[in-house]
Amino acid sequence: MIRFDYARPGDVAEAVCDGAGDHVAYLAGGTNLIDLMKENVARPLEVVDINRLPLAQITDRDDGGLRLGALTTNADTAYDERVQARYPLLASAILAGASPQLRNAATNGGNLNQRTRCYYFYDVDTPCNKRVPGQGCGAIGGVNRIHAILGASDQCIATHPSDMCVALAALDAQVHVTGPEGDRTIAFADYHRLPGDEPWRDNTLKRGELVTAIDLPAEEFSTHYTYLKLRDRLSYAFALVSVAVAMRLEGDRIADVRIALGGVAHKPWRRTEAEEAIKNERPSDTAFDTAARALLAGAVGQGDNSFKIGLAHKAIVRALNQAAAGTPQSQTDKRIR
Amino acid sequence: MNDAVTIDRAAAAAAAAKPIAILPLTLTINGEARELKVEPWTTLLDLLRDKLDLTGTKKGCDHGQCGACTVLIDGRRINSCLKLAVTLDGVEITTIEGMGQPGELHPLQTAFIEHDAFQCGYCTPGQICSAQGLINEGHAKNRQDVREQMSGNLCRCGAYTNIADAVLNVMEKQA
Repeated sequence: MIRFDYARPGDVAEAVCDGAGDHVAYLAGGTNLIDLMKENVARPLEVVDINRLPLAQITDRDDGGLRLGALTTNADTAYDERVQARYPLLASAILAGASPQLRNAATNGGNLNQRTRCYYFYDVDTPCNKRVPGQGCGAIGGVNRIHAILGASDQCIATHPSDMCVALAALDAQVHVTGPEGDRTIAFADYHRLPGDEPWRDNTLKRGELVTAIDLPAEEFSTHYTYLKLRDRLSYAFALVSVAVAMRLEGDRIADVRIALGGVAHKPWRRTEAEEAIKNERPSDTAFDTAARALLAGAVGQGDNSFKIGLAHKAIVRALNQAAAGTPQSQTDKRIR
Repeated sequence: MNDAVTIDRAAAAAAAAKPIAILPLTLTINGEARELKVEPWTTLLDLLRDKLDLTGTKKGCDHGQCGACTVLIDGRRINSCLKLAVTLDGVEITTIEGMGQPGELHPLQTAFIEHDAFQCGYCTPGQICSAQGLINEGHAKNRQDVREQMSGNLCRCGAYTNIADAVLNVMEKQA
């Protein structure tokens, strides 16, 4: 870890002031940033400790939705009674990730801004376009079991590691940010980005911007949902493939459905055409196979990760069946039914 | 942070040439108020072990992957390797040294002995602090819950089934 200056602002305006400039990092729970600093992947010259800012509340919104503070911990979010009752998909996704210790420290804003766990990004002795623009990509043609099958570029095949964000994508969350140019709101689908030719940019935040809250719209997805996560060990491991489904049935027809994938791309992966294709249909393996095909169209394996295409297809069909049946995946009993 | 992926050599040299900032810090550790001074990059784990001689808390991976460094902050379990000490001004920390003493063991320590819940013992302080955190949280209802909620603590000796027995035993007594 290199030496850095430390600031502890008391309010958001002061934090944004401290956060302006080059080589500055906002520090919240620290579960990813401190690790990256130890590895010399992140080398901020100034660390702005935002933990004292008043952004740790979960509040009801007038429209029936919920506002999650950026500094509310992942654990406090997942176990909040309102989240459990109204957004069980989000609670389930959070509890599928990391460990209790990490969830007690990690914050909602930090979860959005965590970096990829690509081995080459983490190893400063190997090339990585995300770490050093123009250096090359070690994963393309290298060891790439955990890498992207969708939306990758010839410069970067990293995946976004979050479980929480996959649920937030399915729930059409809104991200509130503030910065040197004022406040703005970003639709969740526009928050993270694909690598393209700027793989060092994980998201669409501008320099110095700070996440302050995440809004969940009022929706009726508390019965027909699931978060299905497939990984190399049953706990405390990142997803190879995960599927978040939020569904609403009217009679025996699918009135609304959202499907988001984790572990397969540089951002949570949604395609509205896959969702539109099965609206007004009756739940069936045939319909769900259609949705899976649409979601995975154009998927490309890199060798080690090519198995993910078939795995994702089966996981999507299974997750849609779980959601339709109202039998969400348990995050304690990991057997997949 | 997004664009700060590179750092020019001049900036790095300037960072290295900076005088080392020493910041004041007040912590209550195992019930004792401590007035401390730390460099901003000192983790809680290194502070406990290297500056305060509280070596019961172990450094396993130093990357938040093994749980050996687990301590309680205001009663909640966290990985002390991933917390900068300076960010914790004013909190209450409990380490294994604050859980029990020779001759007056904490119920979890007694249960770990009774259930043969360790071999080499290196992960044990973290396991016990984590188990206390699990009990404080109150979300575990059965053995399966305990196994899942203790998954942040690795045991390379593989004493998992006995660790689950020990934690369940204390959980049931306290229920």
